[in-house]
Amino acid sequence: MIDILNLHKSFNNKKVLQGVNLHVERGETMVVIGGSGSGKSVLIKHVIGLLNPDEGSVVVDGVDISHMKENDLNELRKKFGMLFQGAALFDSLTVWENVGFGLMQHTALSKEEIRDKAKSKLEMVGLRGVEDLMPSELSGGMRKRVGLARAIAMDPQIMLYDEPTTGLDPIMADAINDLIIEMKRKLNVTSIIITHDMVSAYKICDRIAMLFEGRILEVGTADEIKKSEDPIVHQFITGSSVGPIKAV
Amino acid sequence: MFTKILTYIGSKAIKFTQEAGRLFIMFGQTLSWIFKPPVNIRNIFQQMEAIGVNSLPVVIIMGMFTGMVLAIQTYTGFRRFSAENYMGPVVALSITRELGPVLTGLIVAGRAGAAMAAELGTMRVTEQIDALETLATNPIKYLAVPRFLAGFVMLPLLTVVADAVGMIGGYLVAVHVLNANSVIYIRMSTDYLRLNDIYGGLLKACVFGIIISIVSCYKGFYTEGGAEGVGKATTGAVVYSMMLILIANYFMAALLFR
Ligand SMILES: Nc1ncnc2c1ncn2[C@@H]1O[C@H](COP(=O)(O)OP(=O)(O)OP(=O)(O)O)[C@@H](O)[C@H]1O
Ligand SMILES: [Mg+2]
Repeated sequence: MIDILNLHKSFNNKKVLQGVNLHVERGETMVVIGGSGSGKSVLIKHVIGLLNPDEGSVVVDGVDISHMKENDLNELRKKFGMLFQGAALFDSLTVWENVGFGLMQHTALSKEEIRDKAKSKLEMVGLRGVEDLMPSELSGGMRKRVGLARAIAMDPQIMLYDEPTTGLDPIMADAINDLIIEMKRKLNVTSIIITHDMVSAYKICDRIAMLFEGRILEVGTADEIKKSEDPIVHQFITGSSVGPIKAV
Repeated sequence: MFTKILTYIGSKAIKFTQEAGRLFIMFGQTLSWIFKPPVNIRNIFQQMEAIGVNSLPVVIIMGMFTGMVLAIQTYTGFRRFSAENYMGPVVALSITRELGPVLTGLIVAGRAGAAMAAELGTMRVTEQIDALETLATNPIKYLAVPRFLAGFVMLPLLTVVADAVGMIGGYLVAVHVLNANSVIYIRMSTDYLRLNDIYGGLLKACVFGIIISIVSCYKGFYTEGGAEGVGKATTGAVVYSMMLILIANYFMAALLFR
């Protein structure tokens, strides 16, 4: 479904990705872990064509998206849902207009229908009675969940989540994990999920990939990763400051 | 030392060409998206309000006082060679051809242009523009086109207001403060003022509207570096718009009013 091939990307001579290879099956949930600043967000921005690779390619459903025409790319993007790390809500629109944005732009549904749909998506992420608020009136965790509701509003086949549970309380975080699992089970959604939360990672993943120094260091199921003999992976998943990765 | 200076000049030149190139690409893209459906009526009206309606009070005050001061200055100047009767046409021509459109352009650049660049710049650094793209919506179509159309339509309208208010201000000062003859003032003004003077001024205003919207959108879209970057983009948008307005004004005056 998604094939990331030898992906390279640098910003102002700073090499961020240096040959990432990753394959995600249809209906698979791939969790990407890695240190802060290792390029996880940069990686998933390539998958939806927000960034163009310096070298290598991203192939979705057999098409190389970095060489796609704008119109075709936009058609493809309608199948995607993306949750940004900082939510990226449109602050000039109300909450329901944010959630219904895609429907408003790409369907002929009436305002009332879109509002109702937005409301039901908001309920799926545990938000009620916030439709008419502005994003600036929400808490950080609420913004994140509105961002999630917006990402799933068009019933996408591919979901990209940039830290879906960061900033949520543990119970809400688990509810979001259940939502992610349910979307996979009911709708066979293919997902790439960035997270620092290893408990969530083990719960929701089919496989976990660790990004380190611009490459994928290891890919495997939760058990394989837990048993990994790589000292870097081991240090990362156990969250220790002692080991080959130097924190300070 | 010498090579340092050369490097400096060279890098500035490269940066300038790059910016000019991107600006023109943005202009071209905006033009190409204008006629593609769907038309976003709501955004267009919102922008018309932001650029036009909200600038109205400042433009009225600016027009009024410009007309008034013009009357005083031409009166004191022209009295020296007993040409007070020509006060009306001079005020009318100066306002419709130059001061109305140019001052309106500068004011809108400072007000609406700055606001536009700041808003779009914030949207860029908080990834809202990226979010638009992930929702399969072209940011030029959704954000730049409404601003472009609003600038193109509202600048001439504001200029009409500035022209009218300016001429009224000039008339009031001439007749009621400087004791000019009301009949002669109006008669001379209408005799010498041609529709082409007004049209020329409005055409210039359209171009200023384009300059302000495109430059501000460009600066906003290419913002980087957080809050500081937004500040820089805003200043840049105002400075560039104002310079381009003054430069374009000279060339259009040379072409239109010879
Ligand atoms: N648009 C950009 N311009 C310049 N540098 C960038 C840009 N985007 C990302 N970077 C750089 O790329 C590197 C990786 O950033 P990225 O946001 O992908 O990290 P991350 O793995 O998501 O970290 P975190 O877990 O903290 O979110 C960082 O060093 C960052 O400075
Ligand atoms: Mg990140």
